[in-house]
Amino acid sequence: MSDTASAQLNDHLRVPDFFGSSTGRVVTLVFMAVLLLVPVAAHFLGIRLQLVSLDFITRILCLAIAAVSLNLILGFGGMISFGHAAFIGIGAYCVGIPAYHGYGSAWLHFPLAVVASAAFALITGAISLRTRGVYFIMITMAFAQMGYYFFLSLEEYGGDDGLTIYSRSVFGIIDIEDKMVLFLLTYACLVAAIYSVYRIVNSRFGMVVRGCNSNEARMKALGYNTYAYKLTAYVIAGGMCGLAGALLGNFTTFISPDMMSWSRSGELMFMVILGGTGSLFGPVFGAVTFVFIEELLSSFTTYWALPFGILLILSVLFIKGGLNGLIQRGWKRD
Amino acid sequence: MLDIQGLRKSFGGVVATDNVTMGIEAGELHAIIGPNGAGKTTLIAQLSGDLAPDAGHVLFGGKDITTVPTHRRSHFGLARSFQITSVFMGLSVIDNVALAVQAHDGHSFRFWQPATTQARLRKPALEVLEKVGLIDRAGSIASALSHGERRQLEIAMALATKPSFMLLDEPMAGMGVEESAAMVEILRSLKGEKTILLVEHDMDVVFALADRISVLVYGRIVATGKPEAIRQNADVRQAYLGEA
Ligand SMILES: Nc1ncnc2c1ncn2[C@@H]1O[C@H](COP(=O)(O)OP(=O)(O)OP(=O)(O)O)[C@@H](O)[C@H]1O
Ligand SMILES: [Mg+2]
Repeated sequence: MSDTASAQLNDHLRVPDFFGSSTGRVVTLVFMAVLLLVPVAAHFLGIRLQLVSLDFITRILCLAIAAVSLNLILGFGGMISFGHAAFIGIGAYCVGIPAYHGYGSAWLHFPLAVVASAAFALITGAISLRTRGVYFIMITMAFAQMGYYFFLSLEEYGGDDGLTIYSRSVFGIIDIEDKMVLFLLTYACLVAAIYSVYRIVNSRFGMVVRGCNSNEARMKALGYNTYAYKLTAYVIAGGMCGLAGALLGNFTTFISPDMMSWSRSGELMFMVILGGTGSLFGPVFGAVTFVFIEELLSSFTTYWALPFGILLILSVLFIKGGLNGLIQRGWKRD
Repeated sequence: MLDIQGLRKSFGGVVATDNVTMGIEAGELHAIIGPNGAGKTTLIAQLSGDLAPDAGHVLFGGKDITTVPTHRRSHFGLARSFQITSVFMGLSVIDNVALAVQAHDGHSFRFWQPATTQARLRKPALEVLEKVGLIDRAGSIASALSHGERRQLEIAMALATKPSFMLLDEPMAGMGVEESAAMVEILRSLKGEKTILLVEHDMDVVFALADRISVLVYGRIVATGKPEAIRQNADVRQAYLGEA
């Protein structure tokens, strides 16, 4: 190999940056710090403002984990799944149902949530991934609706009235009945989820999944069994979202089939697209912005859904790369 | 090495492959020529596995691969380049080729270690880039390449899978004079080393490089033979070379 060649070799022995551009690094770090410190400070200072309360932010963090997991398949893998809320519901019922029967251990709830969601992803993904484009969107939505009606029909567990969880998952060492502890746990899970996605998308597996998104025919021609890799990504995303569901179930202590309705799936998609598909922190920006705007608008008017929808569509149409793109470019539109 | 037996494919009323039977011998460079819409790309796609034929068989090294999926054919040593440039636009040139190398370096269910720092993918990728003359662009994003450079990358990716047999669909399509000349040199360097099925419109290139030529018109092979024989063939002159 020539000298230029070995120079090139070293030049490109580099992993893409975790935070993106230098502006992106600063803004992202500040944003994540605010998300952690403001609710904690508000709690200790006794500030009773809903928007900075531990409760409000914990719910956002749960949704952010779900959005991060959806982004793995939607943003990096190009699989437009319209049924992602199903995994939230399954994860939540994996807390609620054992708790109802008197099994309160978190070491049962959380692994069960991940495994059950991953299993549902394996079965439904195996079928869904045989279809393309709009059919894939429809079939993932249909499977989620099947899950919705399944839990709706379980009279034993409350049916459409939902199921109340009387005590949160028991970890032993830490006590998540304390909402500060639950908040910190959820925050830690979000960071772990983002870091895992970072490792995954830059691994050999991740390169294959991104390649399938970019040009699946070429991936096949290169020798990749694209179906197997996409299905694996789908299962990982499902399991990760199951974790989000278990956290959300613990947070609300009330679970119902509504958690997995198609409109919930649509909201998750919006969070990902608003935040910036295929970026690491984009789904977090998207989830926070989405829930904040929803909260603000709904306090002004009962007809908040229409202006909200219009706002979202405009932002998606006019900001390239979503909020993350905006941040990475230092607030330039494109 | 590759045997095509009674292959047929039609799209609605259009018969794109009409009972094609031909054989490509190990080590030869076999060119396919024919007018636009003759069915050349359709034939290539059936050999690579991207399209399923309506009837007929494809044998590779004596083994019937008609129903073998594309990705497995790649592991048998069959590689394809696309007429319409088909590279990963969002990735750098070296990442494009490294992804091709990776496809033949065991399975890719490796979820944690960064792929872009692995010398066992990078080194072979750089070697291929050097071979096709794209080494100076290794770090550029593919979408920033000129058309000609993308065509070179297209070939580089096929080469990186270490194929024994290459299906090349108009590697010079849309290239300038100089770029074409560079591509001819690349093809010449591959000749003998790989078995090649080359679809190409440029007659000078075809007659200069090919060991044998097949002429495809309306999905049918109308003639197969050595370049001199094809040049003399009256049917070919009439059907394709545009002479009365
Ligand atoms: N997916 C498809 N659906 C319908 N018709 C098709 C399809 N692919 C090819 N055809 C038709 O089949 C015929 C052969 O097309 P093909 O692309 O194989 O020709 P070609 O020899 O590669 O032409 P060119 O020199 O322009 O590349 C054409 O009439 C084309 O319109
Ligand atoms: Mg063609």
